[in-house]
Amino acid sequence: MSAVAPPASGELTKDELLEAYRVMRTIREFEERLHTEFATGEIPGFVHLYAGEEAIAAGVCSHLGPDDYVASTHRGHGHSIAKGCDVAAMMAEIYGKREGICHGKGGSMHIADLSKGMLGANGIVGGGPPLVCGVGLTAKVKGSDQVAVSFTGDGGSNQGTFLESLNLAAAWHLPVVFVVENNGYAESTSPNFHQNGVDLIKRADGFGLPGISVDGFDFFAVHEAAGEAIARARSGGGASLIECKGMRYFGHFEGDQQTYRAPGEVDELRRTRDCLAAFSRRVTEAGLVDDADLAAIDAAVAQVIDDAVAQAKAGDDPTPDEVLTDVYLSY
Amino acid sequence: MARNISYQQAINEALTQEMERDETVVLMGEDIAGGMGAGGEEDAWGGVLGVTKGLYHRFPGRVLDTPISESAYIGAAAGAAASGLRPVAELMFVDFMGVCFDQIFNQAAKFRYMFGGKAKTPMVIRTMWGAGIRAASQHSQSLHPLFTHIPGLKVVAPSTPYDVKGLLIQAIRDDDPVIFFEHKMLYGTEGDVPEEPYAIPFAEANFVREGDDVTIVALGRMVLLAQQAAAELDGEGISCEIVDPRTTSPLDLDSILESVENTGRLVVVDEANPRCGFAADIVAQVAQAAFGDLKVAPRMLTPPHSPVPFSPVLEDAYVPTPDQIAATVREVAGATAKA
Repeated sequence: MSAVAPPASGELTKDELLEAYRVMRTIREFEERLHTEFATGEIPGFVHLYAGEEAIAAGVCSHLGPDDYVASTHRGHGHSIAKGCDVAAMMAEIYGKREGICHGKGGSMHIADLSKGMLGANGIVGGGPPLVCGVGLTAKVKGSDQVAVSFTGDGGSNQGTFLESLNLAAAWHLPVVFVVENNGYAESTSPNFHQNGVDLIKRADGFGLPGISVDGFDFFAVHEAAGEAIARARSGGGASLIECKGMRYFGHFEGDQQTYRAPGEVDELRRTRDCLAAFSRRVTEAGLVDDADLAAIDAAVAQVIDDAVAQAKAGDDPTPDEVLTDVYLSY
Repeated sequence: MARNISYQQAINEALTQEMERDETVVLMGEDIAGGMGAGGEEDAWGGVLGVTKGLYHRFPGRVLDTPISESAYIGAAAGAAASGLRPVAELMFVDFMGVCFDQIFNQAAKFRYMFGGKAKTPMVIRTMWGAGIRAASQHSQSLHPLFTHIPGLKVVAPSTPYDVKGLLIQAIRDDDPVIFFEHKMLYGTEGDVPEEPYAIPFAEANFVREGDDVTIVALGRMVLLAQQAAAELDGEGISCEIVDPRTTSPLDLDSILESVENTGRLVVVDEANPRCGFAADIVAQVAQAAFGDLKVAPRMLTPPHSPVPFSPVLEDAYVPTPDQIAATVREVAGATAKA
């Protein structure tokens, strides 16, 4: 374990630190609770959990305002929470209820709220990078200072869409940031195989883009790298690639037996690499935040998640005639 | 005031007028300026067939050449539409949809639905379709049925200069994603087109020709061939009504049913392959809704279930001809009405 050092991002105020912790704790509680609830059989469909990778979503999105956009992945709950989506409405969506953030039409893999700049979780691996190029174009044509961020996994980074989008963003000088969450598994397959063990951050060079690889368990490292890339994009400096090396605590999907993982791998990660534990240790030992502040957030978040699950379970099912709503604006 | 201009000029005029009217309209596509970054003219081509010529300098920053990366820029069009622009993307040949189909049918087409009605994706993809220029299997297809099949997309296939202008303006103003089919054999055709902007609503079929004996439903270039056949049949005392749906999604089925109610006989001519195609769809819908109006079995006239061949002899054998249309209509007209 590395020695505890004061946070590198010296500009973070106490309120910002507490907000970052609240976001990470909310994601963790949301996902841990879903893991439990999914096992009861009450949640329909597929669920892909983000627990373990909270520092990435929180570190990146802390630099984004509601006018900035994020395109996410099938593992999108963390990005949605970090981008400000309503947690109760997200939970209701995952339960397929009319009160859901997409009125039960999307589910876990399509959580979106454009009013919050959340351009959608995405059921297609590599679906998001082209979309953020479009958002970047909108910002450029309209002369706004909006920035668009796409999150992709290490698996998604092998899609043509990802590589084409890096090139398009370079050719069009777009205000976008590509974040690769390298969590060590494309479903079950390691980058040692699927990228032949080559560091994916080297791909940035191939497109003439700035690239940096950071520890995805370290909120401060992610925050600093993302801050630099987002500021560059916002000020007309073009696109960047950030690789965040992390690990997920659960399987590719709920129900995945994860026999591809080394025995004890997740226990070891939870014990030695946990992003929330590391964050807490650093900010309290540096005297920036009190244990009591964090405990208060823990309690508040637990209540938020309890309430969200209760509301979701008590929510209304959509009616069958809603199959035909919102296919088109007009038809 | 109407002037006689080409299908191609009508498209250019629609784009120009909509870009003048609405500064959120942007164009993107391969070589739509043509010449970017090279030593000569920056807008040397104006698209491979010159359809967008002159727009690059007229609308600075709003006519974007792209890398040959259809997935990236068609996806970018979807993202731009969802975030406040009205992009018109040119995808040179509809055959290239294969390399970017995910961005069309899993992303753009489904945003509004999957996101519970919160998204609006006002984008147009202009694309060339159809056989006839010896361009072989990967540059000649008629893939409108693929897109018609996808809920969330609208599909337009104009047959005349007048229609192409009015329907393109409607497509750009429409708030849903539209796939806009421009038949490559029609670019040079001419017709009267008003100079001022006008929009033709979707799902309004055009009665190209009125008649009492046989209804011919046709789309795109097949409308012109059907007109040639109908003129010949007129001399034989067979009166054809030609209905051009103009849009396959949404579809003006009522106009087709109205015509069939009058004639009792239906021939659908289409350039797409027959299986699960546009012609099959029209025949099925008419049979289901108006079986009692049909005096004889409806007919489909389409290419065979094969790729588009290269050799001129083979390509000519592949595409329906006016003679084949006339022969099919004669058979239907002469068939004995069912008891």
